[in-house]
Amino acid sequence: MVGRIYMSFCVMLLIVIIVSMVYFVASKGIANFVNGEVKVSEFLFGTKWSPEADTPSYGAFPFISGSFLVTLLAALIASPLSICAALFMTEIVPGWGKKLLQPVIELLSGIPSVVYGFVGLSVIVPFLRNTLPGQGIGVAAGALVLSVMILPTITSVAADALASLPQNLKESSFALGATRWQTISRVILPTTFPAIMTGVVLGMARAFGEALAVQMVIGNAPFVPRSLFESASTLTSVITLGMGNTTMGSPQNNALWSMALVLMLMTFVFVLLVRMLERRNKI
Amino acid sequence: MKPRTADKIATAIIVTFALLIVAILVGLLGYILIRGMSHISWDFLTSAPQKIRAGGGVGPQLFNSLFLLVLTLIITIPLGLGAGIFMAEYARPGRLTNFIRLVVEVLSSFPSIIVGLFGLLLIVNTFNLGFSLISGALALTFFNLPLMVRITEQAFRTVPKQQKEAGFALGLSKWKIVTSVLLPVALPTIITGTILSAGRVFGEAAALMFTAGMSSPRLDFSNWNPLSPSSPLNPFRPAETLAVHIWKVNSEGLAPDAIQIAAGASAVLVITVLIFNLAARYFGRFIYRKLTASKRMN
Repeated sequence: MVGRIYMSFCVMLLIVIIVSMVYFVASKGIANFVNGEVKVSEFLFGTKWSPEADTPSYGAFPFISGSFLVTLLAALIASPLSICAALFMTEIVPGWGKKLLQPVIELLSGIPSVVYGFVGLSVIVPFLRNTLPGQGIGVAAGALVLSVMILPTITSVAADALASLPQNLKESSFALGATRWQTISRVILPTTFPAIMTGVVLGMARAFGEALAVQMVIGNAPFVPRSLFESASTLTSVITLGMGNTTMGSPQNNALWSMALVLMLMTFVFVLLVRMLERRNKI
Repeated sequence: MKPRTADKIATAIIVTFALLIVAILVGLLGYILIRGMSHISWDFLTSAPQKIRAGGGVGPQLFNSLFLLVLTLIITIPLGLGAGIFMAEYARPGRLTNFIRLVVEVLSSFPSIIVGLFGLLLIVNTFNLGFSLISGALALTFFNLPLMVRITEQAFRTVPKQQKEAGFALGLSKWKIVTSVLLPVALPTIITGTILSAGRVFGEAAALMFTAGMSSPRLDFSNWNPLSPSSPLNPFRPAETLAVHIWKVNSEGLAPDAIQIAAGASAVLVITVLIFNLAARYFGRFIYRKLTASKRMN
């Protein structure tokens, strides 16, 4: 009986945490809109971020677009690599392929994000600066760092999906005389597509919310970038840099909270997407 | 193109990409360890950082990271176990259970910076605990708890059904079955998962910047009174952790050897995570042998 009460308490605590989290961040996030300081449309689509000007403007579009840009680029770079790794460990060499890649994936996901940022800053940025136009810091560097960070997420979900595929599906394809690649491209990948997309969406969710590693390599300029090698900002990088330097309750600080609210809403969108994909996967 | 040629080309591409990932990891670890190891010394690990001069260490930061990890685990393990066992064994399928599952899912996919900001609002400002170890530990609790729940639930679900049925056949109560039949079998998985999650907590920075703070007071390691402000054991003092330190040194470090300090600290962080990984593997296997009869069955 005591055990039961204790366990119910633990579960209740989870619900209390999430409700208060949504409430606190949302109430701060909408403060600027409620007291008429900033219009929602100006915040979402305004391209001018100058909170310290005489007539301050709080357009967060450069940051919102920056977040989406690096997230999509990271997913585009990481997905093919991850799917190949998953195919390698389930279809090509199931024996030692799994033994080799499993620890690699675990270690990659264990490396802390600031270490990724540090390596990005001291390897990727100088490399880009020497080989391509621009300063090295910028969207491309951010996307590259993020793509390595989300590799393990996509790979492990995709590998699980491939491994749980019924064996006879594959065998009947081979029995028809199909080569391995024909089987992979026409039977295995189409069947597991929703599950692999789940992994991609989970990876994108991680990339969208990642703060410090991106902040270190993206350059943090409050403009919409015109090329991949220009510096830009993301929602997380602006929050990281701005939160400590603004006073609580000022319109500028509240604008940062609105950005946190956008991040939170995007998390809900990602969770919803994952749930939809999982439902499709069951049928 | 002939199907055979296409097959060969595709296989080559898949193998190349898979090996590329291995190469990325080897390059990454090699770079961090080789760059950082030369800077690690006993002095680096124990001395305090310098603001402007060269030669600072990461002693207090390392201690803060470990202390914060211990505090977090003390809070999250009992709570996570409770909620996880409830979800695996007691929750009946239905609306409420689905809702709790959604809560755990959302909570574990929140970006860590959101967790940090929430900690700033609720713990630091509303509860008035300030930038302190205890604020940091509570923020990390929000961060780690959903993970612990998931680990526990999955560990309980993998226990063979016969174990439970045998317990019922002996006339044991549900609680007795959970504590003395299922828990010992699930424990190795739980311990492995907990140690791996500890690695994540140890390297977390974004959630701590706004809760544990970005500074560390002068610590006197001979002072063991947990209420004195200069005591390392005082949970109400601000505490900069190793990961936060790396971030700070990289983005606003003034010391001339900032890059070496970042390299050394990164190496310490990665080595610790590697140790956690190895420990999880061996400890889980060890406990499994101790608690179950698997030795006799083989």
